[in-house]
Amino acid sequence: MSRLGQVFKELRQRGEGALVGFVTAGDPNPETSLALIRSMCEAGLDVLELGVPFSDPTADGPVIQRSSARALGQGMTLEKVFGLCREIRRFSRVPVVIFSYYNPILAVGPDAFYEKAVDAGADGVLVVDLPPEESPEMLDAWKGRDLDLIRLVAPTTPTPRMEAITREASGFVYLVSMTGVTGSAGLDLSEVEATAVRLKQVTSLPVCVGFGISKPEHVEAVCGVADGAVVGSAFERLIEENLETKTLPDLIGSYTQQLKAATRKTLLGAQGNPAGHAAGVTSG
Amino acid sequence: MTMQTAGQNLPDVRGHFGPYGGRYVAETLMPALLELEEAYLEVRTAESFQKEFRDLLEEYAGRPTPLFHARRLSEACGGARIYLKREDLTHTGAHKINNTLGQVLLARYMGKRKVIAETGAGQHGVATATAAALFGMECKVFMGTEDVRRQAPNVRRMELLGAQVVPVASGTGTLKDAMNEAMRYWVGAVRDTFYVIGSVAGPHPYPQMVRDFQRVIGDEARRQILEREGRLPDALVACVGGGSNAMGLFFPFLDDPVDLIGVEAAGEGVPTGKHAATLGAGSVGVLHGSKSYVLQDENGQIREAHSISAGLDYPGVGPEHAWLKESGRAAYVSVTDREALEAFRRLSLLEGIIPALESAHAVAHAMVEAARRDGHQILIVNLSGRGDKDLGIVFRE
Repeated sequence: MSRLGQVFKELRQRGEGALVGFVTAGDPNPETSLALIRSMCEAGLDVLELGVPFSDPTADGPVIQRSSARALGQGMTLEKVFGLCREIRRFSRVPVVIFSYYNPILAVGPDAFYEKAVDAGADGVLVVDLPPEESPEMLDAWKGRDLDLIRLVAPTTPTPRMEAITREASGFVYLVSMTGVTGSAGLDLSEVEATAVRLKQVTSLPVCVGFGISKPEHVEAVCGVADGAVVGSAFERLIEENLETKTLPDLIGSYTQQLKAATRKTLLGAQGNPAGHAAGVTSG
Repeated sequence: MTMQTAGQNLPDVRGHFGPYGGRYVAETLMPALLELEEAYLEVRTAESFQKEFRDLLEEYAGRPTPLFHARRLSEACGGARIYLKREDLTHTGAHKINNTLGQVLLARYMGKRKVIAETGAGQHGVATATAAALFGMECKVFMGTEDVRRQAPNVRRMELLGAQVVPVASGTGTLKDAMNEAMRYWVGAVRDTFYVIGSVAGPHPYPQMVRDFQRVIGDEARRQILEREGRLPDALVACVGGGSNAMGLFFPFLDDPVDLIGVEAAGEGVPTGKHAATLGAGSVGVLHGSKSYVLQDENGQIREAHSISAGLDYPGVGPEHAWLKESGRAAYVSVTDREALEAFRRLSLLEGIIPALESAHAVAHAMVEAARRDGHQILIVNLSGRGDKDLGIVFRE
């Protein structure tokens, strides 16, 4: 079983949701980035999404756009993202999902990308702008793959399409909570729940919900309807607001702890009241 | 595998022109693109839609546009006869209106009441705002802050037409960034909003759809030259940013023995790195939803484009052009800012026609091309837009 599969299995046994954290690799600089990731891991992060910075991130809101620009300004490249991944492996077994737009992968070539990712100790990959229709050119190079392929499903995805998407997915499925870019406000839990229910009917893979999740309350509510919550822009916002703060790794660590604690509350509380979440929580 | 050749049979059902094109977008947009494709394929063959489109082109946009024999320009070059396809004479002053009327009609057919667009020079923004006003639709146009500055008159036009212009400060504040922002907005508003893309770029079905709406340029030119000269031209010349005016002119001639020449912007010169010669000096990549040539560094990060012409200042190009280049069906050359400015002045003086700086790139190369060919040969140049919007830039230089 892959490292991702193992983690979700253990979480399920413990009755916890997964906390999936996204950071842009190399933001605000490579050394601090590594220190932040170490803090997140020590604070109980379950899965790390390591973002490959891209010049034209069309699926991302302003916060992640700026984080991407900061990382590129520090000379971050795909090669250096793999370097960071190797460093993480020295202190943590946390599953690492490489989160990228397709063009930086295309630039090195799908074969080389695959080999380098496996060699760096990555566990999965999510290519945000590569839908199943265009995937063969990348997947054909990955015969007998050891990398989990994380797929996106959106509220606009019809159920038959969900089925086709999840058929070739592994690790977990990333459910986009809303129609919008990352960091948008207006998390609508009733919509998330409706989509999650449709998704659960077509796949047995764990489902993690992302976009617009920034508070422990959101994490708790989302973990009531899915297997985990993805937090990205909120981490990046904290980084951006504390670029000069020496204790930034501690701030990130304690924020991670709060979010992680919320993944434990839900399932315990939910046993008596399966639908016991407040609908209509809005993100800040 | 059989080798595909360039012709009128493309794209394939998944939107590929050879290895180019396709749909490289986040999942949130995929259902919208599939819905758009389905609707487009319906109207593509629906006589009622096509008739309404043709009527609008004729009665509202002022088509057909003339094919003008530029005698003094031809004489000055001392070679082939140069004809100008006068897209500058359409309503709003550029070929962009052909496409926006088609797409806004399609938006109405799909029951969408809101449209958005990206714009560089502002011509596509004005044309979208115009079509939206005509159909009483809400319109938002995303425009880079650098372009808002250099194309101020078009910003005023869009506002007069009732559109909201959204300045985009991210990146380099040009067309690429406007398109990024339009795509981001569309992801959030996809359920009730139609995205009117202005070029033969973007994810499938846009490259095909925009080409089909623009092919009226080539269809008319082909008929007009056959009437006038009794034969096909020897070559077609058109400027290429994203490439919609060129694709519109080229497409009806793809299966004819006619040279196709696309002219990219060389900016300050290709060797300086400050240019927009995507096909000439770029490499294969994925930008804005399709695979084509892009300007990028070795890590796959998109590079800034440079051109005096806002409409050509774009680091990507339509996927069908990438395929026409690779298959050898079309040739792509480039023209510097300085050469384009010179052609801008020459055409104004010799023919009394002030071209858009974009179109001046095509004129500049046509002058070189005409001189290489003898007097029996015929060139058709797509004069894609008028130059009033560029006077501020030209007089600053």
